[in-house]
Amino acid sequence: MSEPTEAQAAVRPMVHSEGVEKWFGRLQVLQGIDLQVKPREVFCIIGPSGSGKSTFLRCINHLEKVDAGRLTVDGQLVGYQERGGRLHELPDKEVCRRREEIGMVFQRFNLFPHMTALGNVMEAPLRLKDENKAAVRERATALLRRVGLSDKLNVYPTQLSGGQQQRVAIARALAMQPKLMLFDEPTSALDPELVGEVLEVMRGLAEDGMTMIVVTHEMGFAREVGDALVFMDQGQVVETGSPRDVISDPQHERTRSFLSKVL
Amino acid sequence: MDDEGAGVAEAPARSRPEAIRAVPVRHPGRWVSGAIVLVVAAQLIHWFVTNKELKLGTVRHYLFDHSILVGVGVTLELTAVAMIMGVIIGVVLAVMRLSRNPIVAGGSWLYVWFFRGTPVLVQLLFWYNLPTVARSLSLGIPFGPSWLPQNPKDLITAFIAACLGLGLNEGAYMAEIVRAGILSVDEGQVEAASALGMPRLLSMRRIVLPQAMRVIIPPTGNETISMLKTTSLASVIAFPELLYTAQIIYSRTYETIPLLLTASIWYLFMTSVLSVGQYYLERRFARGALRELPPTPGQRIRRWVALRRGRALT
Ligand SMILES: Nc1ncnc2c1ncn2[C@@H]1O[C@H](COP(=O)(O)OP(=O)(O)OP(=O)(O)O)[C@@H](O)[C@H]1O
Ligand SMILES: [Mg+2]
Repeated sequence: MSEPTEAQAAVRPMVHSEGVEKWFGRLQVLQGIDLQVKPREVFCIIGPSGSGKSTFLRCINHLEKVDAGRLTVDGQLVGYQERGGRLHELPDKEVCRRREEIGMVFQRFNLFPHMTALGNVMEAPLRLKDENKAAVRERATALLRRVGLSDKLNVYPTQLSGGQQQRVAIARALAMQPKLMLFDEPTSALDPELVGEVLEVMRGLAEDGMTMIVVTHEMGFAREVGDALVFMDQGQVVETGSPRDVISDPQHERTRSFLSKVL
Repeated sequence: MDDEGAGVAEAPARSRPEAIRAVPVRHPGRWVSGAIVLVVAAQLIHWFVTNKELKLGTVRHYLFDHSILVGVGVTLELTAVAMIMGVIIGVVLAVMRLSRNPIVAGGSWLYVWFFRGTPVLVQLLFWYNLPTVARSLSLGIPFGPSWLPQNPKDLITAFIAACLGLGLNEGAYMAEIVRAGILSVDEGQVEAASALGMPRLLSMRRIVLPQAMRVIIPPTGNETISMLKTTSLASVIAFPELLYTAQIIYSRTYETIPLLLTASIWYLFMTSVLSVGQYYLERRFARGALRELPPTPGQRIRRWVALRRGRALT
């Protein structure tokens, strides 16, 4: 393999998916996904339930194994390495190391209930990074301040509202200083009046230049913050383009009928 | 909707509704069954107190006898050691059982299958008698050569045999309890830990096991109470716990029943204390799961007294 030249490196996509397929037993959940996410881009994915959006996100950090096709993050193959023209599975240690660079936020928050907000944010960097505790604490405190929770440092998740929990979860993911953030319907489990505060934090992240892939049903957010949008259905990318174009002028019948239901 | 004028007029009456004073329903059946139980209990107590054969005076004499007290201490010690072994082995086996390596998982399964499928009594005898075989086979045992006794009736041998017999067996039961605890933790927790880059064992230790405790602790309390009684089996290998101590005394004095009663009183006392501890432990670990905890007996009594006093005042 030759080293990429300056020009190639500059346009190298953060995530590049070519013909990615995924099977669960005899059910094909991803049927050849082709897409590119550029650095600093906010990339939105929409689609009906069961279309494979979560599965695709989980492939990106290797929580699910890709069965066919090629999926790279920042130029590196996910879950495998190429040696002598053959694919070798990555050892667990390497898989973990690469996950450190990809933050993930879940629909159901998945905060650690036995730790305070600060504990949740500090846990992973404290165990995985070569930093002293004071530095980790300082960064965690700053992150919680950034998501507007500087007064909730020592509060346990059950004492927080859904919106506050999700903001802690975002801070927790950011604490590992990822280069890519994955959001899987981060506001779907929230009461309507709490959605705004989470989207606000995500908007701030986007403005700071974080590369983000966001599975969402929030069309307003996709339109205003998103740089690109794909519509997925039955494991396929049906339509892709700028959020404004796709939402206001969908080209495919399936996209049209989906949008008419969610808008 | 309330008519405002009427609402104001009725306000004083409504703020203090009259307390209901109804005649309670009679339950003659309860009185009859209660009386039967009382009569049977009274007869038993009468037989107990007046029976010369029981020699309650002897019981009183031996209850705080020095060697009996030592036996009580040894029983507690054996219970503690066997339970600690059981918990450690149980955690290791449970984590092994959930391993993706089929040989490791299979080894754990085999262990549980073997130790749950054979009687503890047999296991105790097995460990106790193993040194005789081990010496002739000159087996290298991790505890080192000094462990192999010159005299098989050495106290240390009986103690180690008792610990091995009870602890290894307990490990098999604890493994199932810990496994159930681990499986009770939401999958999203492991997922979140993995997504942060935490390796499996780290997320097990830091994320899963602490949350599994709520499910693990209550049955572990039960196991401890049960272990306290099971230690009496160690008497068959001449390990001087409470029962064996009592046996030594009555083999000399022939006061069999009084000494068995003495031992029983101590077992009852110890299990009762553990049960109370268990009750409070469970309450503690139910925190966060239950919105409002049921009152403790102490709180219940205080509430009842306060209620009585309130009634007396009005
Ligand atoms: N672990 C699994 N085993 C078997 N089938 C699975 C598994 N995970 C997902 N599936 C199936 O894969 C399909 C796609 O699921 P996925 O969760 O990716 O959909 P989604 O687009 O995220 O839907 P939603 O909007 O409801 O979250 C569904 O039919 C689902 O039942
Ligand atoms: Mg989903």
